[in-house]
Amino acid sequence: MQLYRAHVLVCGGTGCTSSNSEKIIKELDVQLAANKLDSEVKVVKTGCFGLCAEGPIVVVYPEGAMYTMVKVEDIKEIVGEHLLKGRIVKRLLAGDKEHTDITKSLEGVGFFQRQMRVALRNCGVINPEIIDEYIAYDGYKALAKVLTEMSPEQVIDTVKKSGLRGRGGAGFPTGLKWEFASKSKDDQKYVCCNADEGDPGAFMDRSVLEGDPHSLIEAMAIAGYAIGSNQGFIYVRAEYPIAVKRLQIAIDQAKEYGLLGNNIFDTGFSFDLEIRLGAGAFVCGEETALMTSIEGKRGEPRPRPPFPAVKGLWNKPTILNNVETYANIPVIFLKGPEWFASLGTEKSKGTKVFAVGGKINNTGLVEIPMGTTLREIVYDIGGGIPNGKKFKAAQTGGPSGGCIPASLIDTPIDYDSLIQIGSMMGSGGLIVMDEDTCMVDIAKFFLEFTVEESCGKCPPCRIGTKRMLEILERITDGKGQDDDIGKLEVLAKNIKASALCGLGQTAPNPVLSTLKYFKDEYMSHVRDRKCPAGVCKSMMQYVINAERCKSCGICAKVCPANCISGEKKVPYVINQEKCLKCGACMEKCPFKAIFKNV
Amino acid sequence: MKSIAELEQIRKKTLDEISLRTNKNVLRVVVGMATCGIAAGARPVMNAFLEELKKRNISDVSVTMTGCIGVCRLEPVVEVINPDGEKVTYVKMTAEKAVRVVAEHIVNGRVCSDLTIGAEEG
Repeated sequence: MQLYRAHVLVCGGTGCTSSNSEKIIKELDVQLAANKLDSEVKVVKTGCFGLCAEGPIVVVYPEGAMYTMVKVEDIKEIVGEHLLKGRIVKRLLAGDKEHTDITKSLEGVGFFQRQMRVALRNCGVINPEIIDEYIAYDGYKALAKVLTEMSPEQVIDTVKKSGLRGRGGAGFPTGLKWEFASKSKDDQKYVCCNADEGDPGAFMDRSVLEGDPHSLIEAMAIAGYAIGSNQGFIYVRAEYPIAVKRLQIAIDQAKEYGLLGNNIFDTGFSFDLEIRLGAGAFVCGEETALMTSIEGKRGEPRPRPPFPAVKGLWNKPTILNNVETYANIPVIFLKGPEWFASLGTEKSKGTKVFAVGGKINNTGLVEIPMGTTLREIVYDIGGGIPNGKKFKAAQTGGPSGGCIPASLIDTPIDYDSLIQIGSMMGSGGLIVMDEDTCMVDIAKFFLEFTVEESCGKCPPCRIGTKRMLEILERITDGKGQDDDIGKLEVLAKNIKASALCGLGQTAPNPVLSTLKYFKDEYMSHVRDRKCPAGVCKSMMQYVINAERCKSCGICAKVCPANCISGEKKVPYVINQEKCLKCGACMEKCPFKAIFKNV
Repeated sequence: MKSIAELEQIRKKTLDEISLRTNKNVLRVVVGMATCGIAAGARPVMNAFLEELKKRNISDVSVTMTGCIGVCRLEPVVEVINPDGEKVTYVKMTAEKAVRVVAEHIVNGRVCSDLTIGAEEG
């Protein structure tokens, strides 16, 4: 055994990889070798730590010192100072840069203090490409326990008792789903995993796939045992190349260790897993469309019933769970269903991972017990809104969800309270919006997405959402008609009631929830032809304040449309007919003489 | 893999290798590695600690470095800090003395009094 005196963990998640963590690892190797430290210090590539806004992240153990926004050039200093001389490089430590503590460790960072990591327990802790590290943290122990000590009925009972509900969005009780499939009689059954994370802004499944792929494999094998299946499929979107690669490595390693394949743990139970790549259609995240796509057909949904538990993949009984749902399974068996059920609220047990983005300081992944309030997520964990702006709303559930206005910021986040206020948990994207966000524009954004992604099979979704979008475009163009809001409401209700699949049924939600809480904003667009947030370009103008203008001419120079004119000692003016409303002039004006007129 | 025992074996072995990251309270060996320490031969001392711990398969001890403690004339200085914070400072260390500290202090819990700063200065 090689004993190292220090481990340097570098985040290899997609976020940090795109900000050069691969180069950081290479530079670490170079610098460590140059200082002859390569036999004393080990470099470990891990999954996502969750604090993506501060990436790339490097953590040095045993001190647990967390360096953030590390650049390749900083590595020489980290190696030369910290690893060679034992002096922590304070200027790179997480959080407030002028912190005076000698060590600011991972656990000491506010972002992590309020979190509780169950599904993400190994992300940022282990090297996901080494199965032994997963095993070290009790990996595959749950599978061993299940196969040797429990009957399939007991397994299902345990999941039911834990109260785990599907983390993909709808929140269906997982144990119940497994029970239905186990009761279906057939010679072949399938276990599927939905890793086609398509909601804009959601990336928690990617983090599990990249940071802890073995937990998914272990959980799917447990599910296979519970329902009597020997074959699983993971449907993962091809846009996640790192996740796909690590998942394949993990499957290969598990097969090599005999944790997948025939006669696992000598119990006679056999289970195999295969990856299927999604080609980028949002609708393939819908369960029936996903299975149709695995079958090799065009990914279109079909009516339910029959439900997948009865007739799923190739018309065989199938269970389909989301990545995060599976990631909770091994822990439930290790710590017991009672432990899991003690977390969260009465009807929503356990924790939930949110991908927090938008107008918030700590963009990243947070895992919190169910029932945590939105206020805690935004202010205590998320670090509040940048530039001292006011919180206006949060959007949960992506294109299927809705907005939570500032007045409901103390709502506990769980499945039922979110539905009650007209939003939904969704897969866990949480987009924070500040006072500069136009709610009509947001609704339009999500509708554009659903129109683009509608598969076209059923008319309510194909035509209905298109009509809704046209109305929204009219409103944001300042051409709204008096009865537009009423038309939107009627269309929304009808689409919800008649669309074929979940995608269509939930597509009107962003419009309905913004109408519910921000109707006055719609009204001022339609009636007063004004966008209060100053976002909708047709309803605002950039104007130059003649008193403040010093006729320097900078605005005219930066204007891409050449629509600003003037001469020395005469205030400049913007030709509103030609103005593109890009805002470049306002940004560059040294005298703050240009204003947005809404 | 055919048995749970095998799984347990891998678990224990790997856990040892990564125990550094679990950040629990372990015994710490802190070697002064500023210019003065390195010049006085701190690196062979630290390597001796790592070697000896490895030989004995001890993984719940962390070996770290620190800067100048301030008594440069007594370098190499090594501090052994037990989980409850009690600290013993060894001075004028050598690789041989390091082996002794591992055997007597870290394994058997007997402080090598003759090597401490008290013995040297007292």
